[in-house]
Amino acid sequence: MDEDLAAAIGGGIGVWSERLVNAILDHGQPALDVVAALVDGFGGAIDGALLGAPPWALGGAITAAALWRVGKGFALFTALAFAAIFAMDLWEPTVSTLGLVLASTALSLAAGVPLGIWMARSRIADGLGKTLLDLMQTMPAFVYLIPAVMFFGLGRVPGIIATVIFAMPPAVRLTALGIRQVPPELVEAGRAFGCRDHQLLFKVQLPNALPSIMAGVNQTMMMALSMIVVASMIGAGGLGNVVLQGIQRLDIGLGVESGLAVVLLAVVIDRITQSFGTGRGGKAR
Amino acid sequence: MTLILPSETASSSTGPAEVRLEVRRLCKIFADDPRPALSLLEAGAGKAEVLRRLNVNVGVVDASFDIRAGEIFVIMGLSGSGKSTMVRLLNRLIEPSRGEIRLDGRDLTRLPKRELVEVLRRDMSMVFQSFALLPNRTALENAAFGLEVAGVGKAARRAAALRALEQVGLGAYAGRYPRELSGGMQQRVGLARALAKNPTIMLMDEAFSALDPLIRAEMQNELLRLQREQARTIVFISHDAEEAMRIADRIAVMEDGRIVQIGTPAEILREPADEYVRAFFRGVDSSRVLRARDLARCDAATVLLDEADDRRPALRRLSELGAGYGYVRDRAGRFRGVLSRDGADLLDGVEPAAGDAPVHALLRRVATAPCPLPVVDGQGVFLGVVSRAALLETLDRGSLGDG
Repeated sequence: MDEDLAAAIGGGIGVWSERLVNAILDHGQPALDVVAALVDGFGGAIDGALLGAPPWALGGAITAAALWRVGKGFALFTALAFAAIFAMDLWEPTVSTLGLVLASTALSLAAGVPLGIWMARSRIADGLGKTLLDLMQTMPAFVYLIPAVMFFGLGRVPGIIATVIFAMPPAVRLTALGIRQVPPELVEAGRAFGCRDHQLLFKVQLPNALPSIMAGVNQTMMMALSMIVVASMIGAGGLGNVVLQGIQRLDIGLGVESGLAVVLLAVVIDRITQSFGTGRGGKAR
Repeated sequence: MTLILPSETASSSTGPAEVRLEVRRLCKIFADDPRPALSLLEAGAGKAEVLRRLNVNVGVVDASFDIRAGEIFVIMGLSGSGKSTMVRLLNRLIEPSRGEIRLDGRDLTRLPKRELVEVLRRDMSMVFQSFALLPNRTALENAAFGLEVAGVGKAARRAAALRALEQVGLGAYAGRYPRELSGGMQQRVGLARALAKNPTIMLMDEAFSALDPLIRAEMQNELLRLQREQARTIVFISHDAEEAMRIADRIAVMEDGRIVQIGTPAEILREPADEYVRAFFRGVDSSRVLRARDLARCDAATVLLDEADDRRPALRRLSELGAGYGYVRDRAGRFRGVLSRDGADLLDGVEPAAGDAPVHALLRRVATAPCPLPVVDGQGVFLGVVSRAALLETLDRGSLGDG
């Protein structure tokens, strides 16, 4: 009988989740369409802007950012990296991947930073949030690809949403951590001088949590980059797609080239975003 | 001739000033429900016993005191005695478990958060042991913080912040970040931040404890100088007996969450309430704390003469009393000179000591004067005399008290 019960419960989870997804599909279609339109519009706008710019302008702008935030040596590396990507004829997929990463990161932060702030301020939110984040980080990505495709079809939208689910946790965790690590006497000073809650948040807590939040941004971008192959399996396109082609055709050259492009893009993004957490030229704040 | 035999020592206070902060039966129990701990404390249990029986931490127990306008009120005690909790109760950084805190008659413990914030913005500021400056802001922006929070416009708050920085001697460092300043300079910024909004009450939590001794003394002088320019009501937390003695108008000594004694530095040195207080101030050089006026006495042996009186009966009176000297005053009570029993004239070379002179500056004069040294106040009014015996007794109690 115990086995029956166990089977009923075990089977029940599967049955119930199927029913839930179906219920959302039956009744939530208008809401899903709105979400899809918003995400598509946002991702498309970023993509369009990046692809619309001439390669020299985009590469030049990112190189300038590298020069400003990191230094001469790294600016040279950035310029060479983009030249190599261009030479390998991978410019368009690379820029489209960059667009996907930027869109997912922006959405992750838009949801993740407020959630992190809430978790830092409320014990209940902290408990619920941690459970949710554990779920998001440990659930194999392929599992939520299924409902993502069912809800949003194939293409850019489910790719961005799956990436957001995978990449958001560090932004949330490091925001909450950063706020909790603000020295208590700074919070006391804020309150002693008559800060209201929002003033305490914006004038004391967030500025002092900024290095930690920027580390979260950096981690989110890295995780978004690591999702691009999975995302391309549901039609997100970009460099992930080229990697997939390399696998399907057993084309070692294409695989190495596209892999190299991913790595170069990752290094450039990593170093530039890291510099915001530590201060210009790598100086500790 | 008038013969006065006062029994009291000369009073050092200039009359009680208006009370700004009235604290009544203030308690802080660190527990969701303070009642079991409170009833245990009512029954006479100590902090340690409450911790042992209920596993509840006691911060402050039944503290009652008045803080007067313009005074520096030092709350002192060892670490864990509840003094840091006490100062945080006053601006409700920590919520009191029971009791009242009345600022100009208004009970702060009953104010809703919104109104409390207004009081904090207008009337109170705080200086922290760890400086607590915002690292992402310049000295000027830090000094302007309180005004910024209160919604003062940018130009006005920058002007006020710059004035405050100039007051503490840091006008030239307005654009520097805290990490570019030394500890003493950082705390000057902390002081400027507290001064910029021109508060009437300043809470200073171990404000100078993190500084090295030379800088600490410098900051104490700075505080006393600022206080002379404009007397604010200051609650100063300290564990340093020397510091308390130097800057305090009055001192409250805390032990295990309770206030065990409140008094002027001289009162506490002269009559410590218990062994704990005595031990606390042991080692304090009382000759630097006590002033001439604290030692000046008019007792049975001090014969006071009126300037207008005839000399002859006065001399007779002296010999009848067996006194060697009489102190001559005019009608307004001002000191005029010393009359010796052996001579018809006033003694030469007996200069009265100023009431505010520290005792250590009197040693030589008391030793060499022919008679007990007369002490006068700022207007020249006779306060009493310091005899060699009284001086030696004071020094003995102060520095050899643990012998």
